[in-house]
Amino acid sequence: MIHPAAIKKQRIILTVSLLVTVITVIVSMGTGHASLSFDRLIQTIIGQGTVKEELILFSIRLPRILITLLAGMALALSGSILQGITKNDLADPGIIGINSGAGVAIAVFFLFFPVEVGLFAYFIPLAGFIGAIITSIFIYLFAYSKHNGLQPINVVLIGIGFSMALSGAMIVIISAAERTKVDFIVKWLSGNIWGADWPFIWALLPWLVLFIPFTLYKANRLNLLGLNDSLAISVGVSIEKERIILLFSAVALAAAAVSVTGGISFIGLMAPHIAKTLVGPRHQLFLPVAILIGGWLLLFADTIGRNLLESPIPAGIMVSIIGAPYFIYLLLKK
Amino acid sequence: MKKLSFPSQLFFALGVFILMFFVAMSFGAADVSFKDVWLALTSSAANDNIAIIRDIRLPREIAAIFVGAGLSVSGAIMQGMTRNPLADPGLFGLSAGAYAALAVTIVFFPAANYFWTMVAALVGAFLGALFVFGIGSAVKGGFSPTRIVLAGAAVSTFLYAVGEGVGLYFKVSKDISMWTAGGMAGANWKQLQVIVPVIILGIVLSFFLARQLTILSLSEEVATSLGQNIFIVKVVLFIIIIVLSGASVALVGNMTFIGLMIPHIVRALVGTDYRFILPMSAIVGAIFMLFADTLGRTLNAPYETPVAAIVAIIGLPFFLTIVRKGGRALS
Repeated sequence: MIHPAAIKKQRIILTVSLLVTVITVIVSMGTGHASLSFDRLIQTIIGQGTVKEELILFSIRLPRILITLLAGMALALSGSILQGITKNDLADPGIIGINSGAGVAIAVFFLFFPVEVGLFAYFIPLAGFIGAIITSIFIYLFAYSKHNGLQPINVVLIGIGFSMALSGAMIVIISAAERTKVDFIVKWLSGNIWGADWPFIWALLPWLVLFIPFTLYKANRLNLLGLNDSLAISVGVSIEKERIILLFSAVALAAAAVSVTGGISFIGLMAPHIAKTLVGPRHQLFLPVAILIGGWLLLFADTIGRNLLESPIPAGIMVSIIGAPYFIYLLLKK
Repeated sequence: MKKLSFPSQLFFALGVFILMFFVAMSFGAADVSFKDVWLALTSSAANDNIAIIRDIRLPREIAAIFVGAGLSVSGAIMQGMTRNPLADPGLFGLSAGAYAALAVTIVFFPAANYFWTMVAALVGAFLGALFVFGIGSAVKGGFSPTRIVLAGAAVSTFLYAVGEGVGLYFKVSKDISMWTAGGMAGANWKQLQVIVPVIILGIVLSFFLARQLTILSLSEEVATSLGQNIFIVKVVLFIIIIVLSGASVALVGNMTFIGLMIPHIVRALVGTDYRFILPMSAIVGAIFMLFADTLGRTLNAPYETPVAAIVAIIGLPFFLTIVRKGGRALS
């Protein structure tokens, strides 16, 4: 039984974050290096803009806005799940090896498998996705032990170990490559929103449509997993099974997001935190808020990154610059 | 099995070290004989092989020795000081800090010489470490091993992002990656003249603090009750860690896992007294790097397999074992 006041508070916060997101979307639609001013925005949306204006809005800006929103949501949800099952509020899909797994796969693919130009755009995220999944399978295999089952804390530590080793491998791969190719890979690694086009939106959307309701359905289990193990078992949670299913959802979400956006960390760390501070630690309450905040954060970071300097700053770097101070604040507060 | 006494262990390790040194010197894309190695080191004789040894291989192996020793000692101190079996300069944000600083230096001070590049790397390592440790010690009771590793990972992510951002914006990503992946191949006498003395100084200084470190590694209460000035000891050790890892990164780029692995191996050999661990770590670290570098040069000769890759491949299983065994890899 959740106190009605808590629910009411959550509704208000949910509405506010939705509102802020909508405002950011509008601002983001109207800003950028190509000219599409705010007063032309509505006319363009209802189909009365010039060809150029429509091109900018529907083929460039809108897909990018949607993909950052969706990816941010996926990362936030993934981070929430990881923090729940590892009982560690510092877990983030980017920090524990998923990004670097995707990164190495993309670098290898990009350098050693020449593909037709037309298909290339679609193969890159695919390679990233496969890389991320393979990495997490390895992490899982090493974190699993016969006696203790899947130890969440080991998942995190082993993930970091893999992340470090893969970053080493990455540097090695990069150092052997040509200058222009290095630029491409580094851009990807720093999260430059690679797949800002409609097909990628359709590729990312199903994951969210599937996993958001699923995770909300599992919210109570997540609450119980956050308590101590014996307590969770005593009320009838099959912790081993739940952990594996939830871990898989988290990995799938993060891999899907990262494969279209490039390496982005900290969203999965920040969004759940902010949400928990706002509405408390109950998963039923904070998950929707976290998802909205995650989408908003990435969109916000990308909008700033696109417009701040002459040449755009990759969203992943903007997120890190915003996220690191927050992270330090978190560490100091505890 | 009866354990050997420490002097004989040290003696044995030195023997292995000298052997490894000669092996490293003679194997490679161009194989040279032990005799040539000997001549190159001791006489002024000259031929092609001797030239290879003096100008290419010797600086490179010297770099390997000091980087291996420096990183291992730095890792050992970190593990003792934080009582954290997972401590490693690469995992704790020092390497990432040095990387970001290198990127900034390459862009804004392209004319910087070796000395200033090294200083930049040191400053970067310091900032990275300050983030992780400083915050860690600001919290009452310190951090659990997991928490500090997570903190290190997050700070590293941030600092790498800064480095990448700078590299991308000024279009020097390739130059930076060459720097950090270069490994020992780029080492030359001029660089060594600047960096090696710094590493030696750091290692020697650490030997003087080995006793205090041993006590500190037990618990801070014990150290205080035995009349230690913990604060000063910690600050000095902290500086040594930064100097050693920063100088190593400036010399060969990022090398994760060495500082983690070597002290664990050494502890299995000599026990928990840092008066034994530190010198032994220096020697074993040097042997390991010589070995890794020789492997890198010979696996796929005449092409090089980057040392960073070899170290990562050997280091990762090690890290995994430590995590799985809850802190002890070999005991």
